Amino acid sequence: MHKTALGAALLLAGVLAAPSLALADTSLSAAGSTALLPLVKEAAAQYQQAHGDVKIAVAGGGSGTGINQVAAKAVDIGNSDILAKDHPELVDHRVAVVGFAVIVNSSAGVKNLTKKQLQDIFSGKVTNWKDVGGSAGKITTINRPRNSGTRAVFTKTIMGDVAISAEGLTEDATGSVVSTVGTTPGSISYAAFSGTRNKPGIAELAIDGVTPTDGNVVTGKYPLWSYEHMYTNGPSNAATSRFIAFVTSNRSTVHKLGYILVRDMKVSETDR
Amino acid sequence: MALAQNIGKAGAARAHRHEFVAKMILRSAAGFVIVAIAALIAYLASEGTKLFTHDHVSPLTFLFSPNFNPDAGAPGSLVFIVGSLAITLFAIVVGGPFGIAVGIFMSELAPRRVVDAMKPAIEVLVGIPSIVYGWLGLTLLVPFIRNATGSNGFGLLAAGIVLSVMILPTIITLSEDALRVQPIALREGSLALGATRWQTIWRVLLPAAASGLSVAVILGIARAIGETMAVQLVIGNAGVLPKGLLSATAALPTEIVMDMSGAQQGSLLEHALFSMALLLLLIAMALILAVRIALRKRT
Repeated sequence: MHKTALGAALLLAGVLAAPSLALADTSLSAAGSTALLPLVKEAAAQYQQAHGDVKIAVAGGGSGTGINQVAAKAVDIGNSDILAKDHPELVDHRVAVVGFAVIVNSSAGVKNLTKKQLQDIFSGKVTNWKDVGGSAGKITTINRPRNSGTRAVFTKTIMGDVAISAEGLTEDATGSVVSTVGTTPGSISYAAFSGTRNKPGIAELAIDGVTPTDGNVVTGKYPLWSYEHMYTNGPSNAATSRFIAFVTSNRSTVHKLGYILVRDMKVSETDR
Repeated sequence: MALAQNIGKAGAARAHRHEFVAKMILRSAAGFVIVAIAALIAYLASEGTKLFTHDHVSPLTFLFSPNFNPDAGAPGSLVFIVGSLAITLFAIVVGGPFGIAVGIFMSELAPRRVVDAMKPAIEVLVGIPSIVYGWLGLTLLVPFIRNATGSNGFGLLAAGIVLSVMILPTIITLSEDALRVQPIALREGSLALGATRWQTIWRVLLPAAASGLSVAVILGIARAIGETMAVQLVIGNAGVLPKGLLSATAALPTEIVMDMSGAQQGSLLEHALFSMALLLLLIAMALILAVRIALRKRT
């Protein structure tokens, strides 16, 4: 009896201890914003190649998830497109700027929409493309769920006090938004440049005549952009700091993936 | 002689000790399961009622208001309840009769060889992970519905069809078993009275197997109502009541999975999601109760 119990306890202890021993203290984890995901993923891959002893696990989930997870200490880094205002214990590291494009399925036949037209479309007031200068066809709006930072940025910048209609579809990641817009005729949504560049079947729209380019984001002419935040719970430890610094160290990678370095911005805002 | 007796005694004592150890292991395993289930139910009951006790939301508002906007203090979950019931009903109406028909075929008509070939095929259907069903629904079914109807393809119809396929193996297997266990004398008696094979199935075997068949359908419902990933990919996840089969809407599990990771601890959103989870648990318990009642009728 005692032997069995002891054996079982030892076995259990072994099983529990094994992963923590194998991972040691050079493992990092990050989760959250899918707008920032491509950059963190690429940086993690490069960083792990350079530092063979470091393991970095990167996941999406949305900005709200990132903030919640890092606040609960479930991950080392919480990625977010929005400020974590409810969590004073979290330390902000602004790693990049990203623009968000309003994207439509190529069939919609529009190239530009005004802020007012976007409000009408996403509030459900306008439901046919011909009413905003496109080819006749039903509009399908696609939104991100409520934990999405991308949705929060879109709501704040474009919608203002106008409520987004619950009609239409909801997709829970930047990647699935872009692929659904690409395959669904008449659909419209919004997503980070890092997810929309060179994707088939979609068109990026100008807002009030301003095209969604990095150049227009840098000067502040294009309204739909945000800082990308990597939050740590309290001051970051050495390993985390090194990785966060690395994320922004490679200008060509940052640019190639559709992001802008914070120091390249000609405008600065404290509330994004 | 005395020596043999001692060995015998020692053997008996050892056997007794082994018996005791085995009993203790089995007992503690069973005890652990019971404690785990009780703890799960207690936790869900406590978290799932905070919406009513802590946030002072009326259960009627939760159940019957279609306005789900927890940031603005509105946790009405009618949309998701209706969505769940609608896709489950669709799945049972389509998949139920079809599954029972296949069960009849396998039990009463199919030659041994065919049954032997079908069994593993159906087992494969059971084993396919639900995400694969959802993926096929998203890449094949949604574009098909879009082209056939001119809608965007997502919605009740797509989710209902995916669920219909997913519950088939459950219903086929259980209805085949329910029919196969009917005594051969029933069939022989009916045929001897001059009934055709069809009359025998329709008038004799199906009524005799009624309780087993209803168990098949109830477990099909249980499978359908909790399905999450496959439904989430094709239902559209729109927080509105469906206006028709082609409307995008949402169901209880899909709304939970969309919102849970972003729900702050202690927020109204989190409490509302726990209430939805509790509701799903209560539905599952009610279905199990229904199975027990159906089975009791048989004996």
